[in-house]
Amino acid sequence: MFPCSWAYWRVVKMIEKTDVAIVGGGINGCALAYELSLRGINAAVIERNYLASGATGRCGAGIRQQWSTKENAALAIESVRIFEHLEDELGSDIGLKQGGYLIAIHDEKDMGQAEKNVSMQRSLGLDVGILGPDEMVEIVPILDVEGMGAIGATFCPTDGNADPFKTTYAYANAAVRNGAKIYKFTEVKDILVENGKVKGIKTDKGKIKADVVVNAAGAWSKKIAEMAGIELPNVPYKKEIMVTERVEYVFDPMVISFKDGIYFSQQEEGQILGGIPPPETVTGYETSPTLPFLEHMSGTITRYAPVLKHVNVLRQWTGFYDVTPDALPILGEVEGLEGFIQCNGFSGHGFMLSPMVTKLLAELIAGEKPSLPIDRLNLKRFESMEFDEKEKYVVG
Amino acid sequence: MKEVRIICRCEDVTEDEVVEAIRNGCTTLDELKHVLRLGMGPCQGRTCMPLAARILARETGKKISEVEIQTSRPPVVPVQLGILAGGEDD
Repeated sequence: MFPCSWAYWRVVKMIEKTDVAIVGGGINGCALAYELSLRGINAAVIERNYLASGATGRCGAGIRQQWSTKENAALAIESVRIFEHLEDELGSDIGLKQGGYLIAIHDEKDMGQAEKNVSMQRSLGLDVGILGPDEMVEIVPILDVEGMGAIGATFCPTDGNADPFKTTYAYANAAVRNGAKIYKFTEVKDILVENGKVKGIKTDKGKIKADVVVNAAGAWSKKIAEMAGIELPNVPYKKEIMVTERVEYVFDPMVISFKDGIYFSQQEEGQILGGIPPPETVTGYETSPTLPFLEHMSGTITRYAPVLKHVNVLRQWTGFYDVTPDALPILGEVEGLEGFIQCNGFSGHGFMLSPMVTKLLAELIAGEKPSLPIDRLNLKRFESMEFDEKEKYVVG
Repeated sequence: MKEVRIICRCEDVTEDEVVEAIRNGCTTLDELKHVLRLGMGPCQGRTCMPLAARILARETGKKISEVEIQTSRPPVVPVQLGILAGGEDD
């Protein structure tokens, strides 16, 4: 069924002035417009293509709270709390399923890191534990633990997935109901700057004045920042993903491995969705799907779950990770350019972190005290290249 | 009883649903695909996309040649994971 009504933003006349101009109509741009609208702040979202046409609509849809850095774990735990009541809050379906994440442990070294992470995550209140091979197969009956080369796994039952399209539209609709404007098929051409302050944006359909401009353009954030004379360290990485035909529903969690880089899950309708780093690393804006990825993915997923060799692949596509040197997002105002806010560099995790990240940025823009400290995620951490700790838990 | 016309056989999408989505703001085949799962099944849009393009043209007053075609994705026809993995026993 059709997820929700979004007639509100079908035809919108270009406005001349708003409080906050948001560049990028992915999950973060739309969710931020909604969070700002709750605080009585007007926002305009400018999207070059259609909503969720970039990384949001191409992602693996996973929602994970099991991280190696405290920053990501805290953002993800708070995000899940928001996801859990988001359908009621926004008034439409987001396709949330909490089937857990099962993370393979391959050797004693992995086990050491897993124990350390589980203890940190538990200190933040997360329900997470370590499973033996038998328990892994109880939860995901199609797994071949020996084939995986695993000795155990960590498991968090409240991790899961949601539908990125439905979630984006749900946020967009709620924002528009509260007065936000959304312009799709509209391209930002320049960012207007005067005396160290942003003054608005120039698009291919006209100028919009705004004292705050948010860069939520995903893999294109680096190019948007350049328009304001700001250099971001972000690099776009091409990532590949595939989906199979629908088969009988047999397992709930997302299965992932940091050693093999694989992730796969079964969606509500029965299809199996998953990715793995392509054999050749490609940076830049090239988008063609490759056969070497599909062969590598097929080889690895059938080693993890041999019965899947009989299942047909229907489709493969690509998307971008907007990767920072420490794999953590860049959030907050740029020092020296008043009103220019970064909301990018999610390094493959923008969808799952978006509810809390956008709430924090809305608090910051509204002049409230952010409910979690985000100073450490400011762009300035890269000036000395002495950032604290890199997020190690990245897949795909 | 009202006639129900199926546009996408793989994902069970009706003409009414396509029209509703267009009236609610979808202006491209890619958006219809994402909100309705139109064309995401085993035939990968071979049957439904030409039909959906005609409905989109009709509802938006465009010429059929002005409707942007949806992005097509490999492998075009369904292929078993086991064959792609190079399994000997298949």
